[in-house]
Order: sequence, then C-alpha cells, then structure tokens
Amino acid sequence: MATKASRSAARLMISPAVVLLLGWMLVPLSLTVYFSFLRYNLITPGTNPFVGWENYYWFLTDPSFKAAMANTLLLVGGVLLITVGGGILFALLLDQPMWGQGIIRIMAIAPFFVMPTVSGLVWKNMFMNPVNGIFGHIAQGLGVQPLDFFSQIPLLSIILIVSWQWLPFATLILLTALQSLDQEQLEAAEMDGAGSLSRFFYIMLPHLARAITVVILIQTIFLLSIFAEILVTTNGGPGVSTTNLTYLIYVSSLLQFDVGMGSAGGVIAIILANIVAIFLMRMIGKNLDA
Amino acid sequence: MARTVTTSRRTVNTVFAGALSLLMFFPVLWIVILSFKTEGDAIKAPFEILFNTGWTTESYGAVQARSNYFKHFSNSLIISLGSTFLGLLIAIPAAWSMAFVPAKRTKDVLMWMLSTKMLPPVGVLVPIYLIFRDLGILDTRSGLVFVLMMINLPIIVWMLYTYFREIPGEILEAARMDGASLREEVIHVLIPMAIPGMASTVLLNIILAWNEAFWTLNLTAAKAAPLTAFIASYSSPEGLFYAKLSAASIMAIAPILIMGWFSQKQLVRGLTFGAVK
Repeated sequence: MATKASRSAARLMISPAVVLLLGWMLVPLSLTVYFSFLRYNLITPGTNPFVGWENYYWFLTDPSFKAAMANTLLLVGGVLLITVGGGILFALLLDQPMWGQGIIRIMAIAPFFVMPTVSGLVWKNMFMNPVNGIFGHIAQGLGVQPLDFFSQIPLLSIILIVSWQWLPFATLILLTALQSLDQEQLEAAEMDGAGSLSRFFYIMLPHLARAITVVILIQTIFLLSIFAEILVTTNGGPGVSTTNLTYLIYVSSLLQFDVGMGSAGGVIAIILANIVAIFLMRMIGKNLDA
Repeated sequence: MARTVTTSRRTVNTVFAGALSLLMFFPVLWIVILSFKTEGDAIKAPFEILFNTGWTTESYGAVQARSNYFKHFSNSLIISLGSTFLGLLIAIPAAWSMAFVPAKRTKDVLMWMLSTKMLPPVGVLVPIYLIFRDLGILDTRSGLVFVLMMINLPIIVWMLYTYFREIPGEILEAARMDGASLREEVIHVLIPMAIPGMASTVLLNIILAWNEAFWTLNLTAAKAAPLTAFIASYSSPEGLFYAKLSAASIMAIAPILIMGWFSQKQLVRGLTFGAVK
C-alpha cells in the first residue's frame, strides 16, 4: 500500500510532464481560437480588428476548402483501403512457414523508416517521371504512351506513395496480432472440417478485428496530417487537385500570411481530428482496464 | 504442437513472400544502385543501368560539396537525440509514479496525455510559428528540440508506463522491506530492470524525431535544417540529377533504416500505445 508521503512524491514526479503538456496544448490552442476571430494578415501590419465569424465564413465558402475536404477524404480513405486490405493479405502470407523469414520481413517493413521527403522525391523522379522514371521506361519498352502521373492522376499518385509508406505499418501490426492467435484453435477447426476460407472469416478475422481498428484509427490520425509528401511532389497542384486540409491551411497561413484565415482552418482541422480521436481513445482506454 | 509443413509448400510460401517483400523494398534498393552511377547513366533504361554501366562514388562527394551534408546530418542528430533524452528526463519520473503509485486519476491523466497527441499539428502551426518568431528561435536547433520533445513526450510516457507496469511490484516492495531508500530503490532495482524497455523507447523516439517532416520543414530555413528539409531542397531543380538525389537520400535514411530494423517489436507497441502487443 502506498503511503501518503509516496503519494505526494508521486504527484511531484508527474507534474513536470503534466505542466509542460498542458502549456503545449493550451497556449497555442487558445491563440489559434483567438486569431481565428481577428482580421490578421502579416503583410498588412496595424490593428487586428475583431471580425467575429468572418474568417470561418470565408474559409468554409472558399471552393478550395470543398476541394481540400474531398481530397483529404479520398487520400485518407484510399490509403486505408490499400494498406488495411493489403496488410491483412501480406500479414497472412508472412505468417506462413518459410525460409529466411527474418530477411523477408526486414525488406517488407523498410519503407516505413524512409523519411517522407525522401519517399516523395524518389517516387516522383525515379519512378513516376514520364521520361526518365522506371514506369516511363517500361511503357516505352512496351510501346505505349507513358503515363504522366502527376498531371494525369495527381491525387492517386500521392495515395500510392503514402500507401507504400504505411503498408508496412499495417502489415507489422496485423502480423503481431496474428501471431498471438491460438494455433490449437485453428487446428481444431481444421480437424472439424473447416476450410481455409471459413477458418479465415470465423476465426482469424474476428481475432484481428481489434488490431484492424487500431490500425485504422492510428493511421487516420497521421494521414489527416500528410504534408511533406505533397510539398515535395505537387505543391498541392495542379490547381488544388492534391491540396488536403493540412496543406490548404499551410498555404493560407505561411504562404499568404493570413493568420486569421489559417487559424480558422486550424480550428476546423482540430474539430475533425477530434472526432477520430474520440473513437481511438475509447479503444485504448478499454485496453487499459484489461 | 508444431505443424508439419511439406517442403514444397514452404518453398511456395518463400517465393511468394520473398517476391512481394522485394517489391516493397525495391525503391530503396534502386536508389542504392542509382547512387553509384554517373548522372548520365542514372537516367538510362533500367536494364541498361543494371548491366551496361560502370560504378562510381562521385555522387556522394558531390552531395557533400553542394550542400554540406554533414551540417544537416549533425542537425538531425542533435535534434533527434536532444528531444529524445530531454523527453526521457521528464517522462521517467512521471511514468514511474503512475506505474508504481497509481492514484484514482492515473488512468485519466494517461488518457489526457495521449489526447494531446491527437491535436493536428497544422491546428497550432500559426501560433507556434509566431511565438517562435517573437522569441527569435525560428530556425534554431533548440527550438526544434523543444517542439519534437513535446510532440513525442506522450509516446515516451506511455511506452515507459507499459514497460514499468510489467515489473513486478513485489520486487520493489522486497527492496523497501530490506531498508532501501527511494533513491536506492530506483538506482539498484528499478533501472536495471527497466533498461530494455527504456532502450526501445529511446530507439523508437529517435526514429520518429529523425523522420518528422511537418515541424522540421516549417520551422527551419538554412541554419538548423535537418535532413528532412535538406532533402526537400532537392525537389527542384536538382531532382533532375538522379544520382545525386539518390546519394543524398541514402545518406539521409541509412542510419534510421538500420535502427528501425532492430526495433520492429517496439514499433508495434509504441505506436499502438500498448493496444497491440
């Protein structure tokens, strides 16, 4: 049983972390909310008058906001579809008995450790460039017109690059979950005559459900904030076809110096992320009791 | 009971899994190859590059000459090590007390810490940028050490907490019964048992800090730019120089790729906050 002295010592030990995080959260957050109600542009110095919901109005009615929302949803949804679907199949495959499992797994997860700016630039130039990229060379070899990825299918190209980075993450987590599955249960089902498909759907998938949910939620948090891959490949273009919410806010605050508008966008991004976060927190909270 | 598997089935598995993994790994492999070619050879057709061109290390020298790779490398090193160890310093006492002297609200505090991680960075970009500008710490390494420490602090606390909780409390109690003071208890009992967990926490956080590419791109210019920003500067027009871009990329990712391979298990635990083990 903890004594009173150890309790107060404990509180003292937590406090630096709590105070720092509280400050890190509250100070910028309240400033963002405050700025979002001001007409505040860094290029036109002077008083920054209170304008109520004006920034929100302009941000939400701007056609690029609608485009950015659609792009954000497509980017997050597309990457989730590819990484979770592919991750399940890949994890099932890697879970099978084979030779050289160590080296095979090391190669499979390598993309996760490649920094976002490198993967963006490498895919853009060495693979998707229609003249000198590998895909361009292959198309020429086959005698077909090479695809100009970033002008013909810009958003899909970004989805592919980001999926390449996150497929290893999904695979690794699902593989870890798969390995905790009771082998005897599978064998028993096999002896009772369950085929491999029904073993997958009735035993493996329910067992993986929790891990899949975790993968979806965590990836969503990160995918909502995709930035570097867009910055080094398309700069949000052509037009706004690859601008997601994060990039749109970056453009209005740091490129157009519109602090008020950028902050209004920031508040909206925070609200959206919180909707996802609530579900994730509930999952993790449940686990804490177990 | 181990399942018996026929050799042919094992072979089929190996071929399929090997081919897919090689496909995933191919972009990395390809830039390794391109980095040892001349610029003229690096844009040839893949077959030509593989079988009909020579090898050279000139690109690696050119990268250092063009943009002072070592400056950016040391920026990355200082920022990721600095933020990780500063975070550890603050997180160890917090995680220790939550794991061994849990109070009624410990769970709430943990969940709240986690929730700060859910805050999208772009939501606080403007105020952080302005505060940094006014404090004169834009484009400084200490500014970035602080930011990355803050964004990774919840992960560090959580990971340490899950590792500390696995240390049986009876051992600590036994030490206390034998008359060990709190300080002795920490130094002689807790730390030796916690070292593996702390090592993996450090490893994962160095990886995360090294690859962080939102704050590092937005809060640095020339002086404090780590490797993420250094590579971004290759987006134009040097992106057309494949051999140099490849060499620069390899030099930016190699250290972390190697560390990453050693930390697969910790990665799962750290990034799922213990929800998947």
